[in-house]
Amino acid sequence: MVSRRKVIQRVLEGAVFVGGGGLIWGKSIKANTKADYVLRPPGALKEKDFLKACIKCGQCVEVCPYDTLKLAEPGDGIANGTPFFEPRTIPCYLCTDMPCTDSCPSGALDLKVLTKEEEKPDILNSKMGLAVIHKESCLAYWGIRCEACYRACPLIDKAITLDYEVNKRTGMHAKLLPVVHSDVCTGCGVCEQACVAEKAAIFVLPLDKATGEVGDHYIKGWEKEDEKRINEEVEKADDDKDVKSAIDYLNDDDLIED
Amino acid sequence: MKLARRDFLKSSAAIAAATAVGVAVPETLKAEAREAESGWTWDKAVCRFCGTGCGIMIATKDDKILAVKGDPLAPVNRGLNCIKGYFNAKIMYGADRLKKPLLRVNENGEFDKQGKFKAVSWQRAFDEMEKHMKSAMKELGPTGIGIFSSGQYTIMEGYAASKLMKAGFRSHNIDPNARHCMASAVVAFIQAFGIDEPAGNYDDMEITDTVVTWGANMAEMHPILWSRITENKLSHPDRTKVINLSTYTNRTSDLADIEIIFKPNTDLAIWNYIAHEIVYNQPQAIDWDFVKKYTVFATGFVDIGYGMRTPDHPKFTDKEKETVKHEVAKKLTADEGKTLAYLGYKEGDVMEMKHRNKAVNHWIIQYEEFKKALKPYDLDTVAKITKGDPEESLEDFKKKLKAMADLYIEKGRKVCSYWTMGFNQHTRGSWVNEQAYMVHLLLGKQSKPGDGAFSLTGQPSACGTAREVGTFAHRLPADMVVANAKHREISEKLWKVPAGTINPKVGSHLMKIHRDIEDGKIKFAWINVCNPYMNTANANHWIKAARQMDNFIVCSDAYPGISAKVSDLILPSAMIYEKWGAYGNAERRTQHWKQQVTPVGDAMPDVWQFVELAKRFKLKEVWGAQKVPGLKDGLPDVLEGAKAMGYSPEDTLYDVLFANDDAKKYAWPDPIGEGKINTESGGDKRKVLGSDGKPFEGYGFFMHKYIWEEYRKFGLGNGHDLADFDTYHHCRGLKWPVVDGKETLWRFNSEYDVYAKKAGVGPFAFYGKALKKMPQGSISKPDMSKPKVDLANKAKIFFRPYMEAPEVPDKEYPYWLCTGRVLEHWHSGTMTMRVPELYRAVPEALCYIHPKDAAEQGFAEGDLVWVESRRGRIKAHIETRGRNRVPRGLIYLPWFDEKVFVNKLCLDATCPMSKETDFKKCAVKLSKA
Amino acid sequence: MKTIKYTILRRIIQLSFLFLFAGGNYFGWEILRGNYSSAIIADSLHLSDPYAVLQILVSGFIASSSVLLGALLIFLIYALIGGRMFCSWICPMNIITDIAFRLRRIFKIETEAKVSVSRNLRYYILALSLIVSAVFGMAAFEIISPISMLHRAIVFGSGAGWAIVAVVFFVDLFVLKAGWCGHICPLGGFYSLVGKQAVIKVKHDKEKCTHCMDCFDVCVEEPVLDIVGKKSDFIRSGACTNCGRCIEVCNDNAMKYSLKFDLKN
Repeated sequence: MVSRRKVIQRVLEGAVFVGGGGLIWGKSIKANTKADYVLRPPGALKEKDFLKACIKCGQCVEVCPYDTLKLAEPGDGIANGTPFFEPRTIPCYLCTDMPCTDSCPSGALDLKVLTKEEEKPDILNSKMGLAVIHKESCLAYWGIRCEACYRACPLIDKAITLDYEVNKRTGMHAKLLPVVHSDVCTGCGVCEQACVAEKAAIFVLPLDKATGEVGDHYIKGWEKEDEKRINEEVEKADDDKDVKSAIDYLNDDDLIED
Repeated sequence: MKLARRDFLKSSAAIAAATAVGVAVPETLKAEAREAESGWTWDKAVCRFCGTGCGIMIATKDDKILAVKGDPLAPVNRGLNCIKGYFNAKIMYGADRLKKPLLRVNENGEFDKQGKFKAVSWQRAFDEMEKHMKSAMKELGPTGIGIFSSGQYTIMEGYAASKLMKAGFRSHNIDPNARHCMASAVVAFIQAFGIDEPAGNYDDMEITDTVVTWGANMAEMHPILWSRITENKLSHPDRTKVINLSTYTNRTSDLADIEIIFKPNTDLAIWNYIAHEIVYNQPQAIDWDFVKKYTVFATGFVDIGYGMRTPDHPKFTDKEKETVKHEVAKKLTADEGKTLAYLGYKEGDVMEMKHRNKAVNHWIIQYEEFKKALKPYDLDTVAKITKGDPEESLEDFKKKLKAMADLYIEKGRKVCSYWTMGFNQHTRGSWVNEQAYMVHLLLGKQSKPGDGAFSLTGQPSACGTAREVGTFAHRLPADMVVANAKHREISEKLWKVPAGTINPKVGSHLMKIHRDIEDGKIKFAWINVCNPYMNTANANHWIKAARQMDNFIVCSDAYPGISAKVSDLILPSAMIYEKWGAYGNAERRTQHWKQQVTPVGDAMPDVWQFVELAKRFKLKEVWGAQKVPGLKDGLPDVLEGAKAMGYSPEDTLYDVLFANDDAKKYAWPDPIGEGKINTESGGDKRKVLGSDGKPFEGYGFFMHKYIWEEYRKFGLGNGHDLADFDTYHHCRGLKWPVVDGKETLWRFNSEYDVYAKKAGVGPFAFYGKALKKMPQGSISKPDMSKPKVDLANKAKIFFRPYMEAPEVPDKEYPYWLCTGRVLEHWHSGTMTMRVPELYRAVPEALCYIHPKDAAEQGFAEGDLVWVESRRGRIKAHIETRGRNRVPRGLIYLPWFDEKVFVNKLCLDATCPMSKETDFKKCAVKLSKA
Repeated sequence: MKTIKYTILRRIIQLSFLFLFAGGNYFGWEILRGNYSSAIIADSLHLSDPYAVLQILVSGFIASSSVLLGALLIFLIYALIGGRMFCSWICPMNIITDIAFRLRRIFKIETEAKVSVSRNLRYYILALSLIVSAVFGMAAFEIISPISMLHRAIVFGSGAGWAIVAVVFFVDLFVLKAGWCGHICPLGGFYSLVGKQAVIKVKHDKEKCTHCMDCFDVCVEEPVLDIVGKKSDFIRSGACTNCGRCIEVCNDNAMKYSLKFDLKN
């Protein structure tokens, strides 16, 4: 028989162990994933799911023919043992046979992510991130004939196109301006690597860091397709609550100063 | 809008004129001068790279280049640059810059062809050069030596090299890499107009309504000019049309209203289709007033071979002979059967190449014959011959051809045709250049603002140096030629050398210098500012010859490339901003700059290298009687003549050619060089131990100014007038001819060109003097019984037929190989591949292939494959996406990357007239590596 | 009869796995690729660590069927042959901790008195790991596992991996005897539970035992030897790693591998 006191002591000990240990453990996980963002291999699930699913076996890294993928180490600030890449060093060259995605045993990298509408998986469907241009440090926006990113882009004329603009200062030259199209850009980062600026003026951010989102209460009147965004679930209005707040407002006699 | 443009042009011309005489120095210039006080100085210079000729400003501090900026006052680029230009500040400071002479030596320090490179003194370097040159000349005469010269020489370097070689050593075996670049354009200019270089200028790009690019990927290769064309299109989207003709889709198609992908070599047929459309279907479009008054019709032989050696040459492999046999006889294809029918040929006939040695001959014909020869080039026939993309429908293709012809023909529509390597590097390159003039002249759309055919150049001074100075095997300065006794006489007088000094026999062109080395006819070669062992087709032959045969190859360079690697002696050269110089761009604009910094290490300017070598040769060694193969009596002894001119046989070439009394009149220091270094003239802080082992303190006179002032005498009054040395340092370049301080915008047009006006034959005058007394004949041959016609002030409209390339894809080698460039890298990459940013942007040459061809071959994107021709094989990674989209059956490989040595594959066939290699067409096969 | 034949065999097997993993990465061999959490044999058969998969599952992700099947297969194998066979025959960490264990004996480093840690700690950590996995949505042990890090240090050349391995080594050497494998490692704990009723067990023969205590000296899981010298039976505890050290050192042939078919506790 264990005494009541002893039981309480054990429970308390357990609580301290679970609470304290769990907290420390959790903290270390947080510290381990503190990097603001990380780029994952093609076919990766959304970061939250990816972190759950990745078994950290490194097989994707092993099969990458360009040594693009690396395994995170303690100190990288990226979940230890998970695969990632840094395009400025080595970008993803979009292998058509998708060896990394294909090698993933756990489903953290999933060919289904690279498959649109029952077709075969296609590396060009990958969304590892989105290239973003910082115009002020982009030579092309200065008027320099660079566009190295545009010509390096594996989806040239689709993911990056050129916009033309008269260079008003010279009056006789045009600026050839690279523009990224988020619906096509795979986030492979070949552009980021090619950029000749000291620190790349075009760089890949994870999709959620590089994109905005609009409310579903307004639909583009000039685009039939946009109606797809309408949220059909109608929220139930709380009649009473609304009226009450209106009455509160009306009853608040604050217009005449004392 | 039109009016505003004209106003703009006038004011720009006025500014140029004002600055030319040195009156109005803009305020901003003065402001820049003031910046000197803040520790660094801005000074004007010109971009090192392509033929566009963008002006840049260079900031220096403590004898080092800090930064560059586009020159806002430069009329070409107004402060802009492309990314190559953006990195001008970095090109001189690569980690492996050559800083000491290097010689192949054995363990005892003696020269050994199989030895390893070791640093030696300049004195030792010149000792070795002298020894090997003298032994080569003793054995083989003056033609036993050769110089690989360059379109990237400064004008002064080209002049010094040419003078030393032609007047000193009496050899014309000096030929530039520009031979690979625009020799075909030159032949056509000379044959059509009697004078070299374009009539128009870059202002055409804003004025014209139609831009047609033929084998010119201007979007990548002339980036700043392309941004000017883009501006035109952008400002007049409905009026301005852009047409891109190419054998594959490139970036120039981005802007194009019409893209025409044609089968390699069939551009010849497309031009004739346009002419056919004019002559047969829309004859009212012919500007008869213009045509009758200012032109004649002409043609030449077709059985002229392909500039290869004959198949009996012992060094050919059996595989090579499969192609080389076409040099002497070729079975005509079905297409050729049609297009050569006017000469009585038909499909299956064997054409004997009887006029290989008379390729440049031509004669005057009548319009009726010209018209008759154009007969087969109707739309249906031409579309079938020329369609280059098997996946495009014939009907669509025909529509495009017709639309293009209509744009050319449309009355009042201004049209500019632009071309570069696709045209010039062509076994019928001179022809296709002439065909461009054919169409423009027929329509009277030539030498007018916004109208004209314009040959773009690749190199920064292909025009200014190689062509205008004449660093070619057959040329003398200012368009004069070796074969013309009168030209030799003029040159001898200006060079102050005895009559008979200059060799009357044309020297070996670039391709032939390589072949001569392989044949043991040249045993000493010197490479200047170029990379001939990487840039010449069929490279395996020439590398073997250089490394394995008894010869001595010297390479002056700033960085180690393939050519340095195959050489026996390497001389470290000063780079562009480490010396005074001048370049001439594609629109005839000559631009000078001053030395900005002291050269690195022991590197010395090329001018110094030529002049120092001249010190090693006494007149008695070179100006006595000399044997010359192919010249029965050899070269005469001119030492007596020399004595009469006051020279002693003991004088050196240095005394006579470079340090003569004229030269010493140009004192250094000179006010124009105030505060500037001049390594050759005044020495520099390094006091490099020179060719005599003593510290080099400078020549004591203003070498560059002397060279310039002597050089410009050749052109004065000849339509090649250049301004004096100082003028160019006060302005942003001037377009020659510069008459009375005024530059010339459109040549041959009396409104703009003093020479045309002076001719007094109305609004135009094609006053070039070369090839203006020509025989008459029928379409097939000249008739020597008829008197020669005087063509003063007239241009020639040539008929040239379509013929196939000498090597076409077949079952064994099923793909066309087309080579070219990328925006990010310059030529063989010796400079740009050393700029880390540019290297990272494009680290490797990729093999562009159609995705279906790749799939058929079993290749996945990025696979490493063997590309193999009859001459060699290389490995490359394939690319089915990306900047170039090739049609099925054609692959494209840029040549900048020495690890993907594409010239091992290329065929060394040339235009038989221009001797320019066709790098754009040979047959290859592919297999997985 | 003293021998080290099992130790040699174990080292050969452990190093072979590492060698094949490394070859898979550096030379593209297809015999064995991946790591101890998930691997693929001959590019066709998936094997997974059931503990890792369990963490993934509780973190809220249904892993792919190949991983689930691979984990089930491994689970069954270890349930049959003894879960902690992994620890002493496969796991590379065992090489490190064995060295620390051996050095402790050689240099007589005794610190047991200072630190007293329950061998049950690993089960608490095991439970905690699943809670943390669920709360933080990420396989908790996989993030910090020294086993994976040692693998990455060798197979991928990760420098940081060595640091963690060094920490484990020094804790084992100076702080807590058999600290990692015997007290902390939740994977060991997991396999202890899995292998409770395995077929392969060490059998003790009380009749032959001379109470020399040599087996206690070499055993990293000492408490499993509670019956030694008291009764003849199998070493029934799931915590026994079947390393065979007790068999090797027993001069009396009182220990041997044997097959067990009953389900007694």
